[in-house]
Amino acid sequence: MKTKILMAALSAALLLGSLQAQDATTTTQTTSAGVATNWKQIAIPALPAFKPQLPKRVVLPNGMIVFLTENHELPLITGSAMIRGGSDSEPANKTGLVELYGETWRTGGTEKLSGDQLDDYLEARAAKVETGGSDADTSISFDCLKADFNDVLGIFVDLLRNPAFREDKLALAKKQMNSGISRRNDESGDIASMQTDILGYGKASAYARVPEYATVAAVTREDLLQWHKQHTSPNNIIFGVVGDFDSKEMEATLRKAFGEWPKGEKVSEPKVMIAPEKPGIYVVDKSDVNQSEIRMIGLGIERKNLDYFALQVMNEIFGGGFSSRLFINLRTKAGLAYAVGGGVGSGWDHPGLTILQIATKTETTADAIKGLWEQVDLLKKQAPSELELKRAKDQILNSFIFNFDTPAKVLHEQETYEFYDYPRDFLEKYRAGVEKVTAADVLRVANQYVHKEDLKVLVIGNESGFDKQLAALGPVTPIDITIPTPEAKAEVTRPEGRKPQH
Amino acid sequence: MRRLNAHLTLLVLFCALQTAFAQDLASFEKRVHVKTLANGLTVLLLDRPQAPVFSFFTVVDAGDAQDPYGKTGLAHMMEHMAFKGTNEIGTTDFTAEKAALARVEAAYAEYDRENSRVVNRDEKKIAELKAAWEKAREEADQYVVKNEFPEIIERNGGVGLNASTSLDSTQYFYSLPVNRLELWAYLESDRFLNPVMREFYKERDVVMEERRMRTDSSPTGRLVEQFLSVAYDGSPYHRPNIGYASDLRHFSATDAANFFKTYYVPSNMVVAVVGDLDVDKTFALVDRYFGRIPSGPKPEEYITAQTKQTSERRVTLHDPSQPFYVEGYQKPNFRDKDDVVYSVISGVMSEGRTSRLYRALVRDKKIAVAAAGFSGFPGDKYRNLYAFYAVPSQGHSATEMGAAIHEEIEKLKTDGVSPDELKMVKTRSKAALLRSLANNQGLAINLAENQLKYGDWRELFRRIDKIDAVTNEDVKRVANEVFVESNRTVGILETKSAAKGARQ
Repeated sequence: MKTKILMAALSAALLLGSLQAQDATTTTQTTSAGVATNWKQIAIPALPAFKPQLPKRVVLPNGMIVFLTENHELPLITGSAMIRGGSDSEPANKTGLVELYGETWRTGGTEKLSGDQLDDYLEARAAKVETGGSDADTSISFDCLKADFNDVLGIFVDLLRNPAFREDKLALAKKQMNSGISRRNDESGDIASMQTDILGYGKASAYARVPEYATVAAVTREDLLQWHKQHTSPNNIIFGVVGDFDSKEMEATLRKAFGEWPKGEKVSEPKVMIAPEKPGIYVVDKSDVNQSEIRMIGLGIERKNLDYFALQVMNEIFGGGFSSRLFINLRTKAGLAYAVGGGVGSGWDHPGLTILQIATKTETTADAIKGLWEQVDLLKKQAPSELELKRAKDQILNSFIFNFDTPAKVLHEQETYEFYDYPRDFLEKYRAGVEKVTAADVLRVANQYVHKEDLKVLVIGNESGFDKQLAALGPVTPIDITIPTPEAKAEVTRPEGRKPQH
Repeated sequence: MRRLNAHLTLLVLFCALQTAFAQDLASFEKRVHVKTLANGLTVLLLDRPQAPVFSFFTVVDAGDAQDPYGKTGLAHMMEHMAFKGTNEIGTTDFTAEKAALARVEAAYAEYDRENSRVVNRDEKKIAELKAAWEKAREEADQYVVKNEFPEIIERNGGVGLNASTSLDSTQYFYSLPVNRLELWAYLESDRFLNPVMREFYKERDVVMEERRMRTDSSPTGRLVEQFLSVAYDGSPYHRPNIGYASDLRHFSATDAANFFKTYYVPSNMVVAVVGDLDVDKTFALVDRYFGRIPSGPKPEEYITAQTKQTSERRVTLHDPSQPFYVEGYQKPNFRDKDDVVYSVISGVMSEGRTSRLYRALVRDKKIAVAAAGFSGFPGDKYRNLYAFYAVPSQGHSATEMGAAIHEEIEKLKTDGVSPDELKMVKTRSKAALLRSLANNQGLAINLAENQLKYGDWRELFRRIDKIDAVTNEDVKRVANEVFVESNRTVGILETKSAAKGARQ
């Protein structure tokens, strides 16, 4: 995971982006020469009808759910399986277990072939079989040329059914994870992400826990085997395949490949505690930066909430793209930041976090905080103008096609709805929901879901440059991000014991 | 996995891929259309009717390597200005705004001249001139409709709206539903026909924040900036493409306008559009709108050449951060006949879990979290670096990384690569290209970049044939020529504890 960050840092140094991050009413004809002299003159014809191809859904007798989408553009086939249960349900004293599982599942190979042999075999074919562990699920996927499908499927099934979790690869994965822990305080953005979850969900919540040396050390090969046994059964799996194949043949192949696999115990949903930290200003002192990374954090919503649609419109107005209030007021007008944005977050199966963020030079730290507060006040005080509302809805509705412009996107949506038990036509409901949102709805949800007094203000920065400014805004709580030594007891999963206020 | 069997499969696969490739190239030959407009602009169109959407990529053959002396970061600044609108979009009264912007420039020139003085500085006068400049900015600002240009794109359903600048070039891109094709042609041509340098100095502040984020406040960002400044001299690659802080406080809207006039000419640009397009109609549309941009001479291409390196160079940073290691070797630009040999070297050394650096440093020695080599640091238009980097595992030093990388380089120089490795790299480059063909934005990027660099988009496919022709002897020869100590620059980030706060 760290590698990606560092590569990003390297490429960021090479390539500078300029960002962070339906007006069909005009039908005036263009001039005789065919060149519009004003953008408003340009006619917008109706978008050609486009019905995305829904995947075929098959339920195998053992409960495995399979989605099939044919796409004959290129001689390629890819597939991905989501398996119920993820790090949200791992034991606190073994935080990191699911990530180690996701890594070692593939690198540890199968009973027949070591992970290294799999590497040789697959890479010679420009194919991939990969595994991973995430919050709510673990996953296994493949990607290959059509001609290699049978060979690759063989490996995929073998790894799914008979993983070996070889000890040497677990040791390597642990070493990698410990290195990641040792590097987590190097970049402001990484510190901010970790502390945002802690402040938002509470330090003991599974949604905020991170691996420590002690919790990594506590994970054994037996834990990985147990996890696999308890979770990886056909009735806990949703498997989607897309590519250059015939659905009937593929269905028969998969029925044969997975048919013999007996059902297992159904994975139950974890009960995750959420206990947000107290509101206030929290500071992490970082001596080697000249910019403060600022976050305001609160609890968001679940996507099932019917106010999701109004909140999406609100987010667009408030902190979406170039034309949002945060971008225009704090970046374009005030020049306070390059990266700014935010909104009320939503999760599929639990509340997301409301995050407003801005990165500004050390000297203007308090100005940026006040600027964000002002925007929050304004959002709650008055409804958006008709123009603002229209822009936001146009933005969502006119770009709607990009939710399903490739077969892979459609397939992924359907797998996700199945996994989290959402209606298959959720996208359509989303479109209809957004269309109905009024300015009054936006004002109402702003007041219902954005609570300035509950927001936790997090600042990662060079404290000596802004300590006086912040003290004027309210009591400041320092966060100690010192990484606990490996000898620390496993139950101390949250290191940042707070120092008394000063 | 029986070895013989594996070889046989590989052979069959090879043939299958080869055929798929020939077919794809032939099919692309028919589907990709190229035209040079009367004003010199090159346009590529590809009909890919999978969904009623399209993506485009505009690339300008100028980047921060073209920044004038004392004005580093200007190409990147110009990229930001391309979102500020035109004489029609982003203004309530362009006539009045134009006059007001001229007054801003006059006031800024006076202020900047005084403020740049070293001897006999008159602080009172400087403060007065600064106030006058700020007042002029406020006056000009009253005519601005904030972010109207990107707002039009966003409300019409634009996604992935962004741009980027490297030392070599500048690029603009986004995707829209296909019923907005004419609107796109209007907006994208207007931005290069009638650009306005409004809100320039406020945007300079934004770019300063970008610099703080990417470089000043990031340990690897700081290392990269120092490393490049040591690795290069003569060549503009020694500069940070975001610009030095002092230049970002100095250059003016007039400078940006001059840069624009010189480099944003049709003969210096390529536009590629990929999606659900009627090719003839789209060409007609593009011709009508982009044809409005006046032609101009291809800008002068001379830049100071990189000097030949004769001894190892080294930079070491002591920072409150975990260690990092990077080294680079000077090599010719992308037009060199051996360019594909470096691709093969990268494939063998860096791609996947079978790669030599992964296996040696990560899997076997267990001293690194990641290790890889890549060509073209920080660009490849001019003489550049083949770079290796490694992220040390906990408890291991940056210096250890250098030794382990050199061991692998020595093996490459002595024994080269095995037939299996060579085959694997060749197969994978074909498959990687195949996989890249199913994406409008990715295709637009590939077509435009190959057209710009080689004058022919087909190089995208021909490169695969060239990679196919690379031999073990080529790899050994290039490795022995280039990967030598006297041609090396080393960059090391070593841990120094912070005075307080963040530890470890």
